[in-house]
Amino acid sequence: MCLAVPGRVVRTFERHGTPMAEVDFGGVSKDVCLAYLPEVAADDYVIVHVGFAIQRLDERRALETLAEFRRFGLLDEELIDPFTAEAGEEAVTP
Amino acid sequence: MRYLEEFRDPELAERLLKEIHAVTTRPWALMEVCGGQTHSIIRHGIDQLLPESIELIHGPGCPVCVTPLEIIDKALEIASRPEVIFCSFGDMLRVPGSRADLFQVKSTGGDIRVVYSPLDAVTLAVDNPDRQVVFFGIGFETTAPANAMAVYQARQLGLRNFSLLVSHVLVPPAMAAIMESPACRVQAFLAAGHVCSVMGTDEYPPLAERYRVPIVVTGFEPLDILEGVRQAVVQLEAGRHTVDNAYPRAVLAEGNPAARAMLHAVFEVTDRAWRGIGTIPRSGWRLSPDYREFDAELRFDVGGLRADESTACRSGEVLQGLIKPHECAAFGAECTPRHPLGATMVSSEGACAAYYLYRRLEPARAGAR
Ligand code: SF4
Repeated sequence: MCLAVPGRVVRTFERHGTPMAEVDFGGVSKDVCLAYLPEVAADDYVIVHVGFAIQRLDERRALETLAEFRRFGLLDEELIDPFTAEAGEEAVTP
Repeated sequence: MRYLEEFRDPELAERLLKEIHAVTTRPWALMEVCGGQTHSIIRHGIDQLLPESIELIHGPGCPVCVTPLEIIDKALEIASRPEVIFCSFGDMLRVPGSRADLFQVKSTGGDIRVVYSPLDAVTLAVDNPDRQVVFFGIGFETTAPANAMAVYQARQLGLRNFSLLVSHVLVPPAMAAIMESPACRVQAFLAAGHVCSVMGTDEYPPLAERYRVPIVVTGFEPLDILEGVRQAVVQLEAGRHTVDNAYPRAVLAEGNPAARAMLHAVFEVTDRAWRGIGTIPRSGWRLSPDYREFDAELRFDVGGLRADESTACRSGEVLQGLIKPHECAAFGAECTPRHPLGATMVSSEGACAAYYLYRRLEPARAGAR
């Protein structure tokens, strides 16, 4: 029960005065309460837990994290790559 | 799905693993706090890909598992009453009480409904004015905002037939209790990402300082967990102990202010018993005086129950990271997810069930390489 999962907001609406959203979880969609994230709009990604959106997924931060992962190991690869090593200094700088 | 598949990318996992191997020079014991993380670690075999010298200790972060036996017994007692519709998340149904579980109560005529959200229970109360609807409100800080909203709505709607059986537990006091234990081997924490999505991170710097322990807020996908481990090891190797956020796409320092405000209106801090661990001071929530009329324990007189814990079950030691599930003699024999002796075998976020599900019948490292 404790798992929270990300989904994409398809549309927002109101039910009995409470902000709601239809959220798509990779093909399955569910109605989700937006009471704690009323500013969310269509196409935003949110983390949903027991029918409530508890936080937005920040696209910029997600991309930054992935970019950082991509940089791991790059230095090693350059150092051991024979082509780069032979090509001399110019080729080392990315 | 965006931001899901990307964080499972095997090539990036490879890079992160290399980096972890490169920075690790000594043995370290890290605890992942959340059961969702335990599940992901065992499912993806992450513990077996890490350097041999890094041990992951599975923490107490499964609310199903730590809900105390007395509360389960109270749930069974309330759910047996003819006037009651008892609503619960599905994985509570198989949690063994002293004498039965909710499934058995259901099969002997109890009106027990599995709901997806606590708001479904509010709807049931509106639709059944002549019945008492009780929602089993368990969970960590992640789940509490949903349960708080259910009570808030019940009050807005003037419902007199809705109540909450509350057993909310809080993560930071449990981390402190683990560090206080003389048997504690934990040197760094991977903090529970979605708890922090709600609560933010400001409860953790005092813990990191007091126990000189690095705390890295960590997500749930394989890359998130590897990055949590990497940041924790980098701190350990450098002799630092600060709070880092390895899950910035879902965790802001301030958490979710609207949810926090609701939590503080509806709940107040109280001592709580944790199954298998014992009472931890100020480690849970109960309804605040303003909302106490919605407390199922007061509405139904369920005092005086005596709880009997199975003596074979070692879930207390599992929950504190003192043994791994397969070191329990009952594991996979008398105790399976179908017939669990202890709560850690019930939910897939419980360490025993995760080990069973992903066939960790051998000591974790054997046969993995
Ligand atoms: S395997 Fe079963 S009996 Fe053993 S500790 Fe886990 S839940 Fe308890």
